[in-house]
Amino acid sequence: MVDISVRQALNEAMAEEMRRDDDVFLMGEEVGEYDGAYKVTQGLLSEFGPRRVIDTPITESGFAGVGVGAAFMGLKPIVEFMTFNFALQAMDHLINSAAKTRYMSGGRVTCPIVFRGPNGSAARVAAQHSQDFSSWFAQVPGLKVLAPYSASDAKGLLKAAIRDPDPVIFLENELLYGKIFKLEKEITEPEAIGVAKVLHPGSDATIISFSRGVEWSLEAASTLEQSGTSCEVIDLRSLRPLDMKTIVKSVKKTNRLLVVDEGWPSMSIAAEIAFRVQDEAFDYLDAPIMRVTSEEVPLPYAANLEEMALPSEIKIINAIESMR
Amino acid sequence: MATENPRPKLTQSSTSLMASNDELVKYYSQMLLIRRFEERVGQLYGMGLIGGFLHLYVGQEAVVVGVENAISRQDPMITSYRCHGHMLARGEEIGKILLELAGKASGSSKGKGGSMHMFSPENGFYGGHGIVGAQVPIGTGIALSLKYRRLSNVCFTFFGDGAANQGQVYESYNMAALWNLPIVYIIENNQYGMGTSTARAAAQTEFFRHGEGLGIPGIQCDGMNVLAVRDSALEAASFVRAGNGPMIVEMNTYRYRGHSISDPAKYRPKEEVKEVRETRDPITQLEQLISERGILKAENLKEIDQKIRLDVRNAAELAQEAEQPATSELYTDVSATRATPNG
Repeated sequence: MVDISVRQALNEAMAEEMRRDDDVFLMGEEVGEYDGAYKVTQGLLSEFGPRRVIDTPITESGFAGVGVGAAFMGLKPIVEFMTFNFALQAMDHLINSAAKTRYMSGGRVTCPIVFRGPNGSAARVAAQHSQDFSSWFAQVPGLKVLAPYSASDAKGLLKAAIRDPDPVIFLENELLYGKIFKLEKEITEPEAIGVAKVLHPGSDATIISFSRGVEWSLEAASTLEQSGTSCEVIDLRSLRPLDMKTIVKSVKKTNRLLVVDEGWPSMSIAAEIAFRVQDEAFDYLDAPIMRVTSEEVPLPYAANLEEMALPSEIKIINAIESMR
Repeated sequence: MATENPRPKLTQSSTSLMASNDELVKYYSQMLLIRRFEERVGQLYGMGLIGGFLHLYVGQEAVVVGVENAISRQDPMITSYRCHGHMLARGEEIGKILLELAGKASGSSKGKGGSMHMFSPENGFYGGHGIVGAQVPIGTGIALSLKYRRLSNVCFTFFGDGAANQGQVYESYNMAALWNLPIVYIIENNQYGMGTSTARAAAQTEFFRHGEGLGIPGIQCDGMNVLAVRDSALEAASFVRAGNGPMIVEMNTYRYRGHSISDPAKYRPKEEVKEVRETRDPITQLEQLISERGILKAENLKEIDQKIRLDVRNAAELAQEAEQPATSELYTDVSATRATPNG
């Protein structure tokens, strides 16, 4: 058994892939000399030097486009956004330049690039620095979108993202960086993209979530278990492609579904899963599909309002109990 | 305000304008091919055989032909949606481009890109980008890859006077200068960003000076003179290849047609277009030089023209008759692994 934080797992994934392939390089704000705004890239500059660990100016649109150009030439850039809030400045390059060029060129020009960084709410930083963009990216053909929860997935999936021949949006979570996970064995190989994982088997209801939502869901499942409700918790890990096989299999077993999604509810990941489940497993549902999401407000600063606006263990427990 | 600038300041190109007889005929033929191609494409659009947006390069031919003849195919090129001329100059087959315009299976992008999204990476051409200015950081990234791989090549990144006002152009200049990247920014100043003249869009209309604050030297060039263009590109390439970092070359050129095929160009007097055509046309200028030097007779020039017209017409006919993409192509090329209706 090895103890490892999500931060360390991400760091190891990058370091190992950079050792393995000289075409892999890292760029972003404060990734080098500062050792990473959240210390995810700590030590990489000293090991790989400034050719492969490039500190950029604060110029998101520009360096996202630079990454895309380097990827067109066959390099495999890892572009770090200090947070995905700042990726909005670069949205045109993520959507129009990275995601679509393989298609628009009939496969002649490809874009093997990873855009990574923290997504979702942080603590008390208010609306412009706290939001979940999962559904924005997961809507776009040509992108793969990963949102791991555990340290082993952070490492295995980041390795897979770096080796993937197409653009990958890799959504981390600031509040999970310091979380320690116990690993059965060391992760050395990439994890398959597009496969969800049952983290907690159960029989009465299925709870589907991703990223930090998995933490709330596991806590809720554990509390509910004590009162006799058995919940199956599924970690999506990959939002695009979405592993409907695992989701549908679980719903057919439990006949009840709750989706926990830190995004806003309108046009969300939760909404899409609800649609697909009714499409593929309508006859197996014994209750309407429910969701726990953020409230439809910009995230407030005040501690009590912030707590109200986000999903939580208690909201998940209440939702499951209301389905019985 | 003046800061110490370690790079030499260049404000105007010192060109030699020398060319052998063969070179003159070659440049003439290359420019004429683009002209005849674009004229034909305009007709095909009118006949309904080409759809969507269409931006013709008529009038600007000397820019890409001049640059192409100053560099090698290992020096990558990237541009905006006004890209047919670049595809032709880089050596993509005429037929492939026409097939793409017609939306056919064997087009340069299998019919999935159309006029604005054309690529020929085998020939060092990386598009064909539809969003004004987006190709500028992408080209800067191509330059970064050249430096990363320790190659001695230079990326030529083309954009218009309209794109020159985009924020990401400044961002690109900054990174290229900061990291000493091997890139030449070619500004094709055709005087109008869609319907807005440069004077109405830019506080500094001398675009070659936009890098001054960052220490990026710029030169201005008569973009209607293919020899001047070639020499400016040579000068810029050798400056950049020597490890001096980026350079800006502003090509003063002119588009005879509207911004796109649907633009009647009411924002400029017809006399203005007429005057440029009569006094500065890049092809006529070269035709005169070829005649003056007695390299070819009028009838030989006519033969070249007829051969080009025939090639373009034949390719257009083949494109018209060719097959549309198979319906199975809808989901291919989204990702390396085949996509599905559910993503």
